Amino acid sequence: MEHRWGMSIDLDRCTGCEACVVACHAENNLPVSSPEQAEKGRTAHWIRVDRYYEGEFPDVKVKYRPVLCQQCDNAPCEPVCPTYATYHNPEGLNVQVYNRCVGTFYCANNCPYTVRFFNWFAPEWPEPLQLQHNPDVAIRPAGVMEKCTFCVQRIHRGKRDAAEENRPLSDGEIQPACVQSCPAEAMAFGDLNDPESKVSKLAGSGRSTLLMGELGTKPKVFYLERAK
Amino acid sequence: MATSAPELPYAKIREDLFRPLSGGSARYWITICAALSIVILGLVAWSIQVRDGMGVTGLNRPVFWGFYIVDFVFWIGISHAGTLISAILRLTDAAWRKPVTRAAEAITVFCLMIGGMFPIIHLGRSWLFYWLIPYPNPRLLWPNFRSPLLWDLVAILTYVTGSVIYLYLPLIPDMAQLGEHNVPWRRRLYRILSLGWTGSDREWHALERAMKLMACIILAIAVSVHTVVSWDFAMSIAPMWHSTIFGPYFVVGAIFSGIAALLLVMGTLRRALGLELYLTKHHFNNLSKLLLLMSLLWFYFTFAEYQTVWYGNEPSEMAVFASKIRGPYAPFFWTMVFCNFVVPFILLGIKKLRTITTAMIASVCVLIGMWLERYLIVAPTLGNPRMTSAAGVYVPTWIEFAITAATFSGMIVLYLLFSKLFPIIAVWEFKPHPVEEE
Repeated sequence: MEHRWGMSIDLDRCTGCEACVVACHAENNLPVSSPEQAEKGRTAHWIRVDRYYEGEFPDVKVKYRPVLCQQCDNAPCEPVCPTYATYHNPEGLNVQVYNRCVGTFYCANNCPYTVRFFNWFAPEWPEPLQLQHNPDVAIRPAGVMEKCTFCVQRIHRGKRDAAEENRPLSDGEIQPACVQSCPAEAMAFGDLNDPESKVSKLAGSGRSTLLMGELGTKPKVFYLERAK
Repeated sequence: MATSAPELPYAKIREDLFRPLSGGSARYWITICAALSIVILGLVAWSIQVRDGMGVTGLNRPVFWGFYIVDFVFWIGISHAGTLISAILRLTDAAWRKPVTRAAEAITVFCLMIGGMFPIIHLGRSWLFYWLIPYPNPRLLWPNFRSPLLWDLVAILTYVTGSVIYLYLPLIPDMAQLGEHNVPWRRRLYRILSLGWTGSDREWHALERAMKLMACIILAIAVSVHTVVSWDFAMSIAPMWHSTIFGPYFVVGAIFSGIAALLLVMGTLRRALGLELYLTKHHFNNLSKLLLLMSLLWFYFTFAEYQTVWYGNEPSEMAVFASKIRGPYAPFFWTMVFCNFVVPFILLGIKKLRTITTAMIASVCVLIGMWLERYLIVAPTLGNPRMTSAAGVYVPTWIEFAITAATFSGMIVLYLLFSKLFPIIAVWEFKPHPVEEE
């Protein structure tokens, strides 16, 4: 059976600690911006935690929403790319082929979630951070677009391990870095084609919502919230 | 409807219009050197951008498109001057068109050459631009024909090809004349370029038919090109880009800015080359009326566009709307309205005020206003994305300013060189026609 990867994020559990952001940086070889560039807002975070405030001071409630590529089934970024650098793979992932990207920026302009990041300069890491590069993830050159991949390298490794041991993949075996590092266990990852997987059940629960689902982008990230 | 030009003896017309080709005043060379130095500055800026990365520009998340796309739409817009106006005038057989058409057609070709560079300049990896061209390649991959950028590429290449032919055809008889008595290198050049034109009846017939046909084709291409350019925006789902009227809105804006550019160029040529007898008040008056008409049409489209957004009151659209009307982009917005509507309406709408000088002033205003219009389409939408947490402001750097300035200077250089190589007014069109229309 083909896989169809999806994620759920429980907003009632998220504490906004940003462990997912740090884990993502380490796993995916995200470049470190210089202070001058960071001041301009030129930083790359494939996952970010948006903060929303409810109520008036002093009775304020803060809500957090981790935002990453929603891996849309009907992705606005895909048809506009003239070189097929961004396309839909058979497992439903919205993948970015860095080598094909010429940098038209069109995908980023058409993404309603603004989760695409551009390499404004050649990537840099201050010593000794370059020693902790993940060998499974490509370093992106200047001039190409990038974004969350659902840790596609971990998906590949999980499938390969299972195939070598001649067994089916078990639910929860593959975890993107953000899911693995979440101390509140707010995130779950798995196969949406498997009705018994944790993420399928959560996505089908009454608490499941989509980010801007009204746009018809069919995201595969499900946000769980208490029904009001 | 009288124009003074046709009443002049043909020998004088020939003499007047061929004279600017030889020699060159100090003013000419100073202008060309000054313009060239700005072009070189732009090239330096671009090479810095290619060497260091797009980070040297003011582009940023979420405003990924900036000056380059604005310049692109602006130049492609101006290119409509030419061909479209000249084609309409040719097809309707407007007698006053004769001294206007070539200046207009040349604007088109040069604007397209300049505008066509911007999609390449704005690429993150501009050295790979040819990956957008469909050709058999070792990557075994076609470009994505669903992408509006590819439609753009096809449309603009078609338009460049068409408008070069359209400029070239009526040049042939003039070049044949120029090839007769001239300095050796010019004689060789014009002989080759005139493709062995002898002036036989058959050739005149063929030329006439070819030009009629090209005029029809170029009209269709010109309308479709700017529609496709507008689709770069309208096909996306970004607020205030996703609009059904963008096609005609862009075409109207393009013709509007095109007429303004034509008026400006004509006014400059008239002064610089002493063509007062050929480019008369009559021509400026007619084109001014056309500019006024387009100003009203532009205002109508703009009003329709903003009115529907405002009344619909959809939050993500309203964020963009507010940033234009009263937000950080408001000064540009109201300057645009002033330049594109108030100035032409007063200066050209009141008959007493409509002179060559006021037409030139209005044209400069319209060009500024139309550049701002494109800026106001590109930047505010991107700066106010649907995720309000990702909103941002675009602040261009000197790189973008230098490259933009270089393209304006580049236009001047190209036009100056053209005016030294070819008569800027079609001389043969004043000749008593050897073949009568059947």
